[in-house]
Amino acid sequence: MAASKEEIVAGLAEIVNEIAGIPTEDVAEDKSFTDDLDVDSLSMVEVVVAAEERFDVKIPDDDVKALKTVGDATNYILEHQG
Amino acid sequence: MSATLRASKGAPYARIAGAGGYRPHRVVPNEEILKHIDSSDEWIRSRSGIATRHWAGPEETVAEMSLAAAGKALASAGVAPEQIGAVIVATVTHFMQTPSVATEIAHRLGAGRPAAFDISAACAGFAYGLGVAKSMVVEGSAEYVLVIGVEKLSDFTDKEDRSTAFLFGDGAGAVVVGPSDVPAMGPTVWGSEGDKADVIAQTTPWTEYRDGEVERFPALRQEGQTVFRWAVFEMAKVAAQALEEAGITADDLDVFIPHQANMRIIDSLAKTLKLPEHVAVARDVETTGNTSAASIPLAMERMLASGQAKSGDTALLIGFGAGLVYAATVVTLP
Repeated sequence: MAASKEEIVAGLAEIVNEIAGIPTEDVAEDKSFTDDLDVDSLSMVEVVVAAEERFDVKIPDDDVKALKTVGDATNYILEHQG
Repeated sequence: MSATLRASKGAPYARIAGAGGYRPHRVVPNEEILKHIDSSDEWIRSRSGIATRHWAGPEETVAEMSLAAAGKALASAGVAPEQIGAVIVATVTHFMQTPSVATEIAHRLGAGRPAAFDISAACAGFAYGLGVAKSMVVEGSAEYVLVIGVEKLSDFTDKEDRSTAFLFGDGAGAVVVGPSDVPAMGPTVWGSEGDKADVIAQTTPWTEYRDGEVERFPALRQEGQTVFRWAVFEMAKVAAQALEEAGITADDLDVFIPHQANMRIIDSLAKTLKLPEHVAVARDVETTGNTSAASIPLAMERMLASGQAKSGDTALLIGFGAGLVYAATVVTLP
């Protein structure tokens, strides 16, 4: 069953918490992964792979570069989830 | 008509009988790398875990480094050069298209006239060589095989490429593979993914440089994020398959020696594989950098010398790199 926008943001918050140690309440749609959430380019790959598994979605490397904020990733997953 | 041929007869099993390594004298700290790129020690350490690497001087050629490592491996195995039936050298930085460096090494070691050849499998080269050597010993075409991984990547690095300038180091590692009464080298799980050939590659062919089409001497370049994803998540599956085919689980392991590509890859790979706490993980990349084909035997030798690993330990080895290519196996340490 497809996840709602709120479920995706909450799921991403848990993933970012697990990988970068950022409190889940700090993860919001307007936050930039690199500038606000201590997720560098390599950690971003781990976030993406975890999100792929959780939301049954494929996010190719070429598309990862465009996902600057949590909102970008949320919208991408909303559009592409299986 | 087909004549009846005599079958070849090798050893029942193979094992790694000894290991040796050579690190060039000059230690290069991140500060020296920073003369050529706009970055910082903190950035390099956080992205790669690398603090220092060794760069070879003019006298420390691919052949000289190999000879030093091979001599130590032979001594540790208690095998004389003349007992060596084959010399396999894995390298991508012997800048002589032909002849192979393996023949020079075999000759200068005093090994007589063994089979000798180089293999090109980038950072998986040593693990590829190990699989080939095991097959030779079991098939009977050689009693002892010398497998060397050697690189002089400082000659193949764009010192102004801020994404790779800090990564690479020089060195040589060697092992002697010989007969065994018990299984001491598991099945080799290996393969290639040629559809990803452009992910890690030489910047331009030599001929384009010769013809003046590019000004910069060819060097290694890679797509960091793509390599990271493949190295961590796809290679975890390959490593798990090597455990399964060897008939063991992660709980049975003592040591994990992945190709020393980058500390972030090593840590994420260990995490993805869910290795138990008691497994010692090779982290030689911190002071040796990424030495491609040399990294696994160098890390193995250092872990054995420092007491992090001991003879008889069960170790999972996995090499992966440009090709893309990969090879994993479980071995008993010498």
